[in-house]
Amino acid sequence: MTAAAEGSPARRMTRARRNALLQSEPVQGFALISPTFLYALILLVLPILVVIAHSFWTQNYLTIDRTFTLENYRIALTEPIYRDLLWRSLYISLMVSFFTVVLAYPIAYFISFHGGRHKSLWLFLITIPFWTSYLLRVMSWKVILGYNGVLNSGLMGLGIIDEPSTALLYNSTAVIITLTHAWAAFAILPIFVSLEKVDRTLVEAAKDLGDGPLRSFLRVTLPLSVPGIISAALIVMIPTVGDYVTPKLVGGKDGVMIANAIQAQFGKASNWPLGAALSVTTMLIVTLIAGTMVLIIRAAQRLAR
Amino acid sequence: MPEQSQAARPHQSERPPLSERPMIEIRNVTRSYGAFKALDDATLTIREGEFFSLLGPSGCGKTTLLRMIAGFDNPTTGSIAVGGQPMEGIPANRRPTNMVFQSYAIFPHLNVEQNVAYGLKRLKLEGSEERRRVEEALAQVSLTGLGKRLATELSGGQRQRVALARALVMRPKVLLLDEPLSALDKKLREQMQVELRRLQQAVGITFILVTHDQYEALAMSDRIAVMFGGKIAQVASPKEIYQRPVNRQVADFLGGMNFVKAEIVEENGASLVVDTLGFGRVKTDKPKAFVRNGGAATLGIRPERLRVLWDNATAKFEVAGKVVERHYFGEITHLIVEIPGLEKPLSVTETNDFGADDIPVGTSIRLAYDPEALVAMAD
Repeated sequence: MTAAAEGSPARRMTRARRNALLQSEPVQGFALISPTFLYALILLVLPILVVIAHSFWTQNYLTIDRTFTLENYRIALTEPIYRDLLWRSLYISLMVSFFTVVLAYPIAYFISFHGGRHKSLWLFLITIPFWTSYLLRVMSWKVILGYNGVLNSGLMGLGIIDEPSTALLYNSTAVIITLTHAWAAFAILPIFVSLEKVDRTLVEAAKDLGDGPLRSFLRVTLPLSVPGIISAALIVMIPTVGDYVTPKLVGGKDGVMIANAIQAQFGKASNWPLGAALSVTTMLIVTLIAGTMVLIIRAAQRLAR
Repeated sequence: MPEQSQAARPHQSERPPLSERPMIEIRNVTRSYGAFKALDDATLTIREGEFFSLLGPSGCGKTTLLRMIAGFDNPTTGSIAVGGQPMEGIPANRRPTNMVFQSYAIFPHLNVEQNVAYGLKRLKLEGSEERRRVEEALAQVSLTGLGKRLATELSGGQRQRVALARALVMRPKVLLLDEPLSALDKKLREQMQVELRRLQQAVGITFILVTHDQYEALAMSDRIAVMFGGKIAQVASPKEIYQRPVNRQVADFLGGMNFVKAEIVEENGASLVVDTLGFGRVKTDKPKAFVRNGGAATLGIRPERLRVLWDNATAKFEVAGKVVERHYFGEITHLIVEIPGLEKPLSVTETNDFGADDIPVGTSIRLAYDPEALVAMAD
């Protein structure tokens, strides 16, 4: 069999060509990434395509009408309720990413500059809250912020307030506090990594040229850790826009976010196309904001030079 | 003193006598890390306007000392004064010193001009005055016109010049250089040695150079402190360090040296009479730091201070031996010559003008020497 195959010049040619094809770099590359590629295709790209497709259709009780329409987008963009929810979601996520970065930076700075030999221990300790479920962590904030919660009783015990405040829980501030706590660790890591890359002799050089600790931080360490700050802000902002559990548990009626509306459309309201349109709109706006953020900070860095 | 040896100071230039005013006074400074002493009871005075080198192998404490002068590290005990002012408790940013770092430490987010102007910003100069000083500093290091370049767009030599300009623009009392030339290739390094020396003479600032390269130290410095294991072994001019090393360690570190065992016959205030097997009875200057250790001493002679005697030429002082090895180095040849009675053969460096590169191995030759080139050392 083999001998016969070897004998035929034409077959030898095809085999040679097939071998060449298999050994070519692009083919080998695709073969290598194909499992992950397929995984990403099936679990990421396809669902998004399905959502996008639905956003151009309409639903009539239980049947989907597949005629192309932009009606869902008109509703998503012009109905005051969705517009307000979208704005609120963006506001909450921007506030969360701001506070997360502000709170995470000192921690990352401490670990990187003063962690000594125990850097990995410190990083490990930061992950401890993640050993419990996210829901439990959100619920514990209810215990802290609630009407009879830790904070209220504490403030009353100190005589600062006379009766429990209802301003703590069930509003967007509660959502911001809870999300900031939940995402802190995710912001610490990228900032830590960028601080680790700051050459310590640069800080010494700044000191040598007359800068005190604060000035050398503002003029050298901070500008050089900007990439870490950007990634931390994006890592926090992008997923929090679409957060659904936190507003549901601690947001009350004032803390409802766009994801809750999307959930309602896919659930009780049974309007998948509108839910899909809301999702796509949110996705696009987040992409836009993330893109502009990167561009603005890059431009600012160039100007600062 | 014997005439200056050629190899010792290739870039030596004449300069007016230095001021005797002390710029830096280091008194009994020790820096310990637990039981380990990085610097052990160092006492040293560096004069105003001097080009001073701290020379020694890695781990000898020279960088530790430099960093303590800069204020990045503090003595465990002892004191450091700069310009008559004690530096204890004064942080690096308020000391009249500036540093050129080994890695140059150029700010990567700033361009050349901004790097140079970095320290000036605090002085709140007028814009035109600041620009003028930056331009002047860039001109001093021949970087005029490169002000807008980013640090990432510079070559190693240029980065080094930026680091130099950034420190000089501050007009410090003392400029500290931490192995500034070690990252450059040989040719550029030699060129920068000459330039640094010229620059120092032009600005008149006290320079302290840390280096492990003995030729660099010899070529550039007014004085050198040779350090070993946290201790200062000798402080002297390059010529004296090279020609009159206090001990074998210093002699060995500063280039090749033939060591000959000697027996002390007579010792008085200024001179020493010793008996050797190869060189007979020799009277030498007694080194300042000579401490007698029993009856034994060591005599040293640099390989280039031994000359081959051709044909029937004679010299007042000569030794006879046999060539056992020959190594060719272009302009010079190294001969290894066995001398009857000496436990180790002598190494001889001879220029190739008269054909030293053609002496066959096994030839019997005679070597002339100047007894003044023989230096007595404590063991």
